[in-house]
Amino acid sequence: MNVYDLPDKRGHFGPYGGVFVAETLISALDALREQYEHYRSDTEFQEEFAYELKHYVGRPSPIYHAKRWSEQLGGAQILLKREDLNHTGAHKVNNTVGQALLARRMGKTRIIAETGAGQHGVASATVAARYGMQCVVYMGAEDVRRQATNVYRMKLLGAEVIPVESGSRTLKDALNEAMRDWVTHVEDTFYIIGTVAGPHPYPMMVRDFQTVIGKEARIQMLEEYGRQPDALIACVGGGSNAIGLFYPYIDDDTVRMIGVEAAGRGLETNQHAATLTKGKPGVLHGNRTYLIQDDNGQIIETHSISAGLDYPGVGPEHAWLKDIHRAEYVGITDDEALEAFHALCRYEGIMPALESSHALAYAAKYAPMLAKDKLLLVNLSGRGDKDMATVAQLLGITF
Amino acid sequence: MNRINQIFTALQANHRKALIPFITAGDPDPELTVELMHCLVDAGSDIIELGVPFSDPMADGPTIQRSSERALKHHVTLSNVLDMVAQFRHKNEHTPVVLMGYANPVEAMGHAVFAKKAREAGVDGVLTVDYPPEECEQWVDCLKQHGMDAIFLLSPTTKPERIKQVSKLAKGYIYYVSLKGVTGALHLDLHDVKSMLEKLRQSISIPIGVGFGIRDEATARAVVELADAVVIGSRIIEEIENSPRDEVLNKVKILVRSLRQAIDEKLITSQSSAE
Repeated sequence: MNVYDLPDKRGHFGPYGGVFVAETLISALDALREQYEHYRSDTEFQEEFAYELKHYVGRPSPIYHAKRWSEQLGGAQILLKREDLNHTGAHKVNNTVGQALLARRMGKTRIIAETGAGQHGVASATVAARYGMQCVVYMGAEDVRRQATNVYRMKLLGAEVIPVESGSRTLKDALNEAMRDWVTHVEDTFYIIGTVAGPHPYPMMVRDFQTVIGKEARIQMLEEYGRQPDALIACVGGGSNAIGLFYPYIDDDTVRMIGVEAAGRGLETNQHAATLTKGKPGVLHGNRTYLIQDDNGQIIETHSISAGLDYPGVGPEHAWLKDIHRAEYVGITDDEALEAFHALCRYEGIMPALESSHALAYAAKYAPMLAKDKLLLVNLSGRGDKDMATVAQLLGITF
Repeated sequence: MNRINQIFTALQANHRKALIPFITAGDPDPELTVELMHCLVDAGSDIIELGVPFSDPMADGPTIQRSSERALKHHVTLSNVLDMVAQFRHKNEHTPVVLMGYANPVEAMGHAVFAKKAREAGVDGVLTVDYPPEECEQWVDCLKQHGMDAIFLLSPTTKPERIKQVSKLAKGYIYYVSLKGVTGALHLDLHDVKSMLEKLRQSISIPIGVGFGIRDEATARAVVELADAVVIGSRIIEEIENSPRDEVLNKVKILVRSLRQAIDEKLITSQSSAE
């Protein structure tokens, strides 16, 4: 059996990943890598992390059998890994707790973060409050407008939210701005990246903190179903919830892994965020990966109904898993995601995040093709309260 | 000998220092770029750093990002930038042109295709901001095969082993980023610059230019005392940004000329005081 042990020492997943940053950032990344490599195998650090996940985040998150919905779809059984039940309502907090603990050990007193929909910003503001650190969140001005409730939530938690007016005024520009802040204030500042992208060690480190999802799932599946699922399904923007679920299964060839990207208004239009399906490899935000770009290498604005999937890059490990055909990546449109959003509300009494609704929508397409004894494990990465305004607006309802 | 080496050899023979302005190709619009390049030369520039616009200039400050955005509004591509260099070469055979930009546009064109076209256009060196030495051996070889210099950045936080590593790959000159942060930042600590340059000189034999944070005659004057070249970017871009289009050439010329004078004056005074 092959044992998967990527990335290599310099952060490569095959040709992807690496460290593609200006010299000004190198020493900060070197220091982070050295410290993380140390604490990665430090028992006391890992014990504190586990303690915080249990008592502060509320882990383990259960696996729930969506029986009524599965019956209605008339095929495989759909199981949901309930990351929506975590404190702050999404998987993002697993990573921010891990990075905040590392920041404390490195003596940093200020944390910065980028955010799109605001979930990672909220998760960062939350841990900053929890550990008594100053917090600055960069958010595209366009997203600040679209996600007003989350902006207020971050402020209540004591964070300063800085709207980014450059570029397309969305997540990618917030990331650029956070990097600039970091390079200028590196002595006292720790940059918490929210997904498995960016320069090494971020893709590895964020993955490590998120693998709690898949590790729990392996145990829970055995305990409750006596076997592992036939397929894992998770949405992919940057790809942190997907890699968190997939990683402990990579060497387990009997389990299919399916990443669901945002096909927006359709893969045949230019309005989607399906990076692995429609993009080409290139270099952005410190790593080599698939990117949505034009023929001249300029990054193109993406579209998705879900702000958390609206990103022109993707984690380098997903790029590699695609190329080696270990994971498959498919697209789900805005409309399909919305349909799944409503279905889960009505059949199970669970309001999923629009991001997670993409994974659910693919499960709804796939389940009817399979026998009833097949098991699909879907990562329900976040809850949908934050998306109520978006959904209501689409239905022409104003509060 | 290539143009970059020629210029530094000539300057050193005359005890002068190089003035290296940076502009973004296509800013404020593509029609003005070649004229601006000639204007920079007329005002006393020795080497031109020509920025290749990119949608996500992560290492740059707001001023240079805005210049990139203005250029991209005109859909300026890497091919267009190479055409501009070729056009500049119709009238100017001697001033080195260094392209400065990010990896992705170069990768989209393909390293080999880019290197061949860039050489034909008359490019002398290339600084790819997000290619650190660990990730770009092939790229450096490719540039070398086509007779172009790979220019590298070094920063106040670069450790001694990396300085050695960069010194093996770097050709033309080293661009020393004089402060932590992004282009266009303030607060230049000359004492720090001085002690770091002394360290760099122990392993680096090619000329060293200093950039980031040089905003006026006084800082330019102070920096040339320590370095072989002064790189000025954001301050020139501000002039372009704040001038009506028909005054851009004139304003930039006045600014660059004053910097040139400041640099040369300093050398004259330091020479006479040494006598």
